[in-house]
Amino acid sequence: MKRAKNKGTFLGVLHYLKPYWLYLTVTVLLALVTVAMTLAVPYLVGLAIDCIVGAGNVDYARLGDLFLAIGACVGITALSQWLMSLSNNKIAYHVLADVRKDAFRKIQTLPLRYLDSHAYGELASVIVSDTEQFAEGLLLGFTQLFTGIITIAGTLGIMLAMRWQIALIVFCITPLSLFAAKFIASRTYSMFKKQSETRAEQTAFIDEMIGNLKVVKAYTHEDENQEAFQEVNERLRKCSLRAIFFSSTTNPTTRFINSVVYAAVALVGAFTVISTGGLFTVGNLSTFLSYSNQYTKPFNEITEVITEFQNALACAARVFALIGQEDQISDEGAKELESAQGNVALTNVRFSYDPARKLIEGLNVNVPAGKRVAIVGPTGCGKTTIINLLMRFYDVNGGSISVDGEDIRAITRRSLRKNYGMVLQETWLKKATVRENLCMGKPNATEEEMIAAAKAAHAHSFIKRLPHGYDTVIGDEGALSQGQKQLLCIARIMLCLPPMLILDEATSSIDTRTELKVQDAFAKLMQGRTCFIVAHRLSTIQSADLILVMNAGNIVEQGTHEQLLAKGGFYAELYRAQFAAV
Amino acid sequence: MKHLMSCLKGYRKEAVLAPLFKLLEASLELIVPLVVAAIVDTGIAAGDKSYIIKMCLVLVGFGLVGLAFSLTAQYFAARAAVGASSALRERLFCKLQSFSFAQIDEMGTSTMITRMTSDVNQVQTGVNMTLRLFLRSPFIVFGAMIMAFVVDVKAALVFVAIIPLLSVAVFAVMAACIPLFRKVQERLDKVFLSTRENLAGVRVVRAFCKEKSETAEFDVRNGNLRGAQKKAGLIAALTNPLTYVLVNLAVIALVYVGALRVDGGALGQGDVIALYGYLSQILVELIKLANLIVTITKAVSCQKRIGKVLEEAGEPSVLCACANGEQSEDLIRFRNVSFAYAGGGENALTGIDFSVKRGETVGIIGGTGSGKSTLVHLIPRFYAATEGEVLLEGKDVKGIPATELRERVGIVLQKAVLFKGTIRSNLLWGNGNATEEELLSAVKKAQALDVVEAKGGLDAEIAQDGKNLSGGQRQRLTIARALVRKPDILILDDSSSALDYATDAKLRASLRETGSTVFLVSQRTASICHADKIIVLDDGKPAGTGTHEQLLATCGVYREIYQSQFKGEEA
Repeated sequence: MKRAKNKGTFLGVLHYLKPYWLYLTVTVLLALVTVAMTLAVPYLVGLAIDCIVGAGNVDYARLGDLFLAIGACVGITALSQWLMSLSNNKIAYHVLADVRKDAFRKIQTLPLRYLDSHAYGELASVIVSDTEQFAEGLLLGFTQLFTGIITIAGTLGIMLAMRWQIALIVFCITPLSLFAAKFIASRTYSMFKKQSETRAEQTAFIDEMIGNLKVVKAYTHEDENQEAFQEVNERLRKCSLRAIFFSSTTNPTTRFINSVVYAAVALVGAFTVISTGGLFTVGNLSTFLSYSNQYTKPFNEITEVITEFQNALACAARVFALIGQEDQISDEGAKELESAQGNVALTNVRFSYDPARKLIEGLNVNVPAGKRVAIVGPTGCGKTTIINLLMRFYDVNGGSISVDGEDIRAITRRSLRKNYGMVLQETWLKKATVRENLCMGKPNATEEEMIAAAKAAHAHSFIKRLPHGYDTVIGDEGALSQGQKQLLCIARIMLCLPPMLILDEATSSIDTRTELKVQDAFAKLMQGRTCFIVAHRLSTIQSADLILVMNAGNIVEQGTHEQLLAKGGFYAELYRAQFAAV
Repeated sequence: MKHLMSCLKGYRKEAVLAPLFKLLEASLELIVPLVVAAIVDTGIAAGDKSYIIKMCLVLVGFGLVGLAFSLTAQYFAARAAVGASSALRERLFCKLQSFSFAQIDEMGTSTMITRMTSDVNQVQTGVNMTLRLFLRSPFIVFGAMIMAFVVDVKAALVFVAIIPLLSVAVFAVMAACIPLFRKVQERLDKVFLSTRENLAGVRVVRAFCKEKSETAEFDVRNGNLRGAQKKAGLIAALTNPLTYVLVNLAVIALVYVGALRVDGGALGQGDVIALYGYLSQILVELIKLANLIVTITKAVSCQKRIGKVLEEAGEPSVLCACANGEQSEDLIRFRNVSFAYAGGGENALTGIDFSVKRGETVGIIGGTGSGKSTLVHLIPRFYAATEGEVLLEGKDVKGIPATELRERVGIVLQKAVLFKGTIRSNLLWGNGNATEEELLSAVKKAQALDVVEAKGGLDAEIAQDGKNLSGGQRQRLTIARALVRKPDILILDDSSSALDYATDAKLRASLRETGSTVFLVSQRTASICHADKIIVLDDGKPAGTGTHEQLLATCGVYREIYQSQFKGEEA
């Protein structure tokens, strides 16, 4: 199971590497050059040392030649090393950007059901931090691994050629460090996973509490939060300590094995110098010692890389899990809905968020084009759910919804939504200028159109008073009041004029004096457009062509104001309650 | 640096022991070339096999002791790094929580979150690596030089020449990298913002079919980030080749000097090998250091950003040691209060003057952006009046400790926020010691009993941001949360806007029974017309104060608002 998952992750990595095969090849070639040159230097130095035998016995001419050769090797190494790093960076950062890009695209196509059920702090952490850990750990690690392997092969080759007996000793002892590293890595994988999970939990907590800091302060809940934070923090500290310490034992362990190798080479090498009577020179021994260091060093690096890999793999698995999430049902083959007339019908609609809890059952509503539908009912009766369904944020579980006789599941979401203008009670504005926010639905709007829309929504005057007018950067947090934000959301709709409207308490935060003025514009806007209005203002409701009275997820009554009043049912009761309040 | 240092203080023992053990291990490594020289010059020269065996055993012994030392060092380093960053995170969280509303507005929450998460993680890695390696590298470099002097003074001069060159190279690269990495972080923030915004605003993005343009914008930011990363990488990648060239030039010089010295009979061949060994060690250390530089420069710039946050003065408990003031029968009094947001230019409120007696209900009405929310935010001192005073029982609120003040106030903010957990855990925010009965009674008063029942009781799950509830359900639960507190002063900042009239009416009736002094901010005259006192705001200035009837008779703005709701019904 785990193996299959790892394989999937591995394939995912390969897929992202594919476009950069040329750079990968360059990296590999440069790595070969670098390694070859790096290996040549100790050999040449060994030869140089053999030119210095003793007092009065130094071959200066040969020394000069060797120095030139060493200089050349060093120059080439430096250059190819630098180029290799650049090529590496190119691969790593491009792959990182590519993965993020895909992850971000995923957000745009995931079903809302998935997004609604995941804390967005967690998702953001996957897209921002995990991708980074993955790219840096896995890719930069990979090149280290590769150079390591060639260095090992190269060194071994030269040592075998120089004195295979000693090379054999090195060859036999060194792999011990790999076993040690593997042993440690397999023990630490679960610790890293635990760390990663605990960290995600903490991030979600921070996201929630710091994101809503004003509420926290209003309730003087700082101390309780600090306590809760400390609890998670302490857990994170403990599991981080375990993960970090145990993974860091690899390096000392392998270094110890190296020193054993070093001692063995010194011993056997010294004996060989003595027994061969100078055939195996002291310079050779020096080269050998230098190589045995160079040979074992990549083993250390490889083992370090392996621990990095564990961490990176855990991150990559989470990233790919997100990217691999099933998209919302594709729009493939669906029709484009041109400008709709606005006949909307809900036939036998069944829907619930949670299969265990029924919500909407057998809902039938027929709205002819251009009619105004008011949805009323006590709070929490499912009005917002209807909007989720109309906009196809969620698909119905049974029955169907159609626009102009076409099942909306057979229409592309994009074209369906283009036909709706939506103003929600929960305003959301981008961190961008007022202008960009207003022109969201119609990016090619002219300055005049935009200002006209802002004026119609009575937003122009306060926009003008902002520090930079239409170019003031606003955001989801910040100084605008809820009402001002709603006015902007309304102006946003006024600008793009879609054939159908969904207004969910669209003016709930706007004062009635302003609203009254906005209403004129609204009335014009609604003329001839099918409108769904969730409202509690009597005026809005009275003038509707059809009132849907909802309670507990069901339409309990439908009709006009007069019809419903005459009926004397649930609606009449709501209506009386309102007048009791006046 | 001082914040990190003070966080490390609790781990002083670890922070000292970790490098110390590293240095002990390094010292052993420095002796190794001497042992090898002895093998060559004494053992091989004399053909003394038992001497060679003895020396090789010494090498293995060094390895073993080194293993013990370095394991100890790793453990202490990990403990110190994890402990210090954990403390840093805790401090940061505490500091952020102490920020005033103005500071929160200024910094923005997404920046705060990045500081808490990825910045601290970088610092942790930085500290760990510094303790493990950063001190070790200079030690080996200088140690190698000293050992070279032990072997031969003349040849050691090569070391003296090369080390400053190496240091200059390493530090120059590091200095060039720090600002580049800061830029990387800034751009990462932007990528994070895009991600968060698109997750939070997914409905609007989809409703406006902005998936493509949002994605395009993300791509630009993502591309910018990649550009910055590559640029930083370009410079950082210089370290390795640069040091490699310098060290090998030194090798050539050393072998040459060595040749002259051996020629003159001052040195043995083994000594030259030893000296070469030391240079190789320097190179190995520098490569490690180069790899470390990226980590450390990143950590340093993250640490600086964290430092900036920690250096901000949080909101002080009291803003002034204002005198106790006169005894007053007014619970709340605004005395000629004006207020302007920091950097916002014009006054948001001007010349507000009124008083409220215990148990009264006060309605605040006015147009969008007329300053209603700002006015009630001055009561729990979320923002402090710029002119005039807000008095609670005759005492300037600036002189009352924030916690004490806020515990007496139950405020329901415009944006109905609930936290991940259960209905119960959310309600307990109001008062952690509330009993089951108290919770249920608050729920009933807030007209939220049906919400609780529909969701399946007080222990029903609430998703992050209360996403599994409708706007109206959230509002009622936030009102219940405030009521659990049984506050002296209850402030509803337009928090029943999503409620239908019937529920709203029931809610107001039950609030009247609580006996709290209630501030109702609303745009509906129906919601506030029964208040004992109504304050009408127009563009931040008081337009009238009085009862419904008085205002209808005297206040033009109020009359207009009233008429807009009951006569001009046209939607």
